[in-house]
Amino acid sequence: MHTSLTRIAAALAATTMLAGVANAETIRWARSSDALTLDPHSQNQGNTHTLAHHIYETLVGRDNDGTLTPRLATEWALKEGDDTVWVFKLREGVKFHNGADFTAEDVVYSIERAKSEFSNMKQLHSVVEGVTAVDDYTVEFQMAGPSLIYPNNLTNTFIMDKTWSEEHDLAVVQDFASGASNYAVLNTNGTGPYTLVSREIDVKTVLASNPEWWGQAPAVTGVEYLTIADAQTRISALLSGEVDIVQDVPPQDIERLSSTEGFKVETGPENRFIYFGYKFGDAPLKSSNITDSNPFNNPLVREAMELVLDRDAIQKVVMRGQSIPTGIANPPFVAGWTEELDAYPAPDVEKAKALMVEAGYPDGFTVTLDTPNNRYVNDEAISTAYVGMLGQIGIQVTLASRPVAEHSPIILANESDFYLLGWGVPTFDSAYVFNDLVHTKTETHGTYNVGLYSNPELDEKIISLGTESDQAKRDATVADIWATVKADRVLLPVHNQVLAYAMRSGVTLPVQPENQPSMTTVTFE
Amino acid sequence: MLAFIARRLLQSVIVMLVVAFIAFLVFRYVGDPLANLLSQDAKMTDYEEARERLGLNQPFYVQFFHFVVNALQGQFGVSYRLQQPVSQLILERLPATIELAVASSIIALVFGVFLGVYTALKQRAFSTGVIMTLSLIGVSLPTFLIGIGLIYVFAVELKWLPSFGRGEVVQIGWWRTGLLTQSGLRSLILPAITLSLFQLTLIMRLVRAEMMEVLRTDYIRFARARGLSQRAINFGHALKNTMVPVITITGLQLGSVIAFAIITETVFQWPGVGSLFVNSVAAVDVPVMAAYLVFVALVFVMINLVVDILYFIVDPRLRDGAKSGR
Repeated sequence: MHTSLTRIAAALAATTMLAGVANAETIRWARSSDALTLDPHSQNQGNTHTLAHHIYETLVGRDNDGTLTPRLATEWALKEGDDTVWVFKLREGVKFHNGADFTAEDVVYSIERAKSEFSNMKQLHSVVEGVTAVDDYTVEFQMAGPSLIYPNNLTNTFIMDKTWSEEHDLAVVQDFASGASNYAVLNTNGTGPYTLVSREIDVKTVLASNPEWWGQAPAVTGVEYLTIADAQTRISALLSGEVDIVQDVPPQDIERLSSTEGFKVETGPENRFIYFGYKFGDAPLKSSNITDSNPFNNPLVREAMELVLDRDAIQKVVMRGQSIPTGIANPPFVAGWTEELDAYPAPDVEKAKALMVEAGYPDGFTVTLDTPNNRYVNDEAISTAYVGMLGQIGIQVTLASRPVAEHSPIILANESDFYLLGWGVPTFDSAYVFNDLVHTKTETHGTYNVGLYSNPELDEKIISLGTESDQAKRDATVADIWATVKADRVLLPVHNQVLAYAMRSGVTLPVQPENQPSMTTVTFE
Repeated sequence: MLAFIARRLLQSVIVMLVVAFIAFLVFRYVGDPLANLLSQDAKMTDYEEARERLGLNQPFYVQFFHFVVNALQGQFGVSYRLQQPVSQLILERLPATIELAVASSIIALVFGVFLGVYTALKQRAFSTGVIMTLSLIGVSLPTFLIGIGLIYVFAVELKWLPSFGRGEVVQIGWWRTGLLTQSGLRSLILPAITLSLFQLTLIMRLVRAEMMEVLRTDYIRFARARGLSQRAINFGHALKNTMVPVITITGLQLGSVIAFAIITETVFQWPGVGSLFVNSVAAVDVPVMAAYLVFVALVFVMINLVVDILYFIVDPRLRDGAKSGR
């Protein structure tokens, strides 16, 4: 009894003290779902990385326009005379939150941990054969072959303290199948701009600025990161002054919030495109009334389908202006994007009809379109709009709308004839798109090439990108692959998503294209 | 008596097993947990490995069997989504749900009984008509609409009360309470009202009907003839006799309020077991869903058991029946 009373008293004292120091520099920041874990290598997922970037740091960072910036590494280059080795020079004088020095050993430990069996970051480092510490502030990465883009893969791989991790038995990343939880899920020791004060999962995570941080002290000294799942409640919390910044703003609220005094909305393009995919190959479709051929395999049909896809109408009506229509399955920040590829044809229903006749389907055909309904912005509405457009040329589409957890397994099992998906490019390099969406589907490539497009010539070029050491040559190959992908209409891109952050006036949080904003970038007026 | 309780406990175990079995039968149609577990660039081999490791390619009855065996040892596994032991997650969030459920039940009981008596006594008053009409609206409006409406009026427009969350909490042992801080109490008001409205109207209508029934009976007439005060008749005799069904209903409703506060918890971002369940369904977090459904079954079974035991004590016929049956 005595102890519980003391605890209450202590808690009450703590609340009053907190209320005392709270000032304009504490930011209350709400989004729809929480980080899944604090273990930095366990999940390769946006919300989780966003929070981790405040506490932990990576070797290489990324600007809001997509260019790489030094972070824990100050410079990096291919080793002279050996283009299969990347050399990273580390920042000196950096300390972990527990006071330990940051050295090359920590980098070696962290990369090896990120490569280990239960890590979800391992794919990004599959080309790394070994990491060695040359001295305290130099690390060498031995690659399987030349890999020009490898530093791009480091922007979400966080560095942990080796001694601290070993003390707490963290060599193995959290395994879902095991019966226990590991220490790093709820405890942290990073080098980042903020330290963890408290965390209540799905409720609130409190951060305080790290006075020892090597960078320029951020304007925001305290962060309350809140989870508010319901969109209406989230917006209400902003309007009632209970939070300062809200992420995941529904498109229909953007205009209302912008026109409400005391609030503003920052918008910017997201590194994520939305596209339709269809089944290639000669085998007839499972969901179609055409039983002797696959209409999607006919290039004329694919052209007709693009000619009735009115991207501007979808942007205007379905997305309320909050999207960037595109003709290429690649966001504008990503290497390989060009304005020419981005262009898309104006809708032409008459020409599309003629193409359908020429292709031998004058009466059209029936097919089922699989769409997620809770994954992308207005995903189901985009599909519904396209169903209407396809009806103009006699393609009668049945819409099968499912939550993403049910949509994904159907897609991955190649069970879908026609589907909607979105794709982000975290490496900001076209090869990431080719590897998973264009390369022939095998155990290690083309995981999401579920339309089973297969072009051995392209496959060869795609594989060559991984080991090409001449930048100009590599760029040429990328352009070459894109030309074929566009000509073949391997994918039917619709638009790039747009991100919107809402906030109270006087505070500005710029949009981060991967939707991983940092509170260090917040400015006050 | 002991035999009766033992029999009921055995039945309870069977109920929970059946619930778990049906749950595992249904989980296959909720989706694939790997859609959320693995990253976008995972390879097909990663999917196969993970499926193997989590036992997802086993038939559902094998998964069910493993669940039961582990549950008997008190092991409910680790949440796929949050990587925390499931029993710990549920226990951490239970106090929030219980505080909300109890607060809303108290509101429902106090206002329900008061309004029920009032409308029964003043059957022809204009105010009764208004209350009865409002109660119809209260019973037919969906909970999330009431919640959003209250948030809009009291949080956004008037700025009197918080729109989400639980405010500051105080830890007493393992119980995390919001009842001891001002912000905690203020945060409780809107969700408790939202959750109570349905029960409130139910209790009010029940009390009113029972009261009107009792007021027509002979013993009330005789009490009037004896010259007892209106107050003594209405509250001392009439109301007392209406309370038995009201208590039964409130007790049973408490179970469903604890189990199904899901919508209210979601609208107000109340960190209870209901919102945990909603988040788990979206992520196909099978260990949490399974444990939660078994837990809900347990709540219902326990409340029913208590009600049955109370009947057993109250109703002599049941006792006699039990004796002659032996």
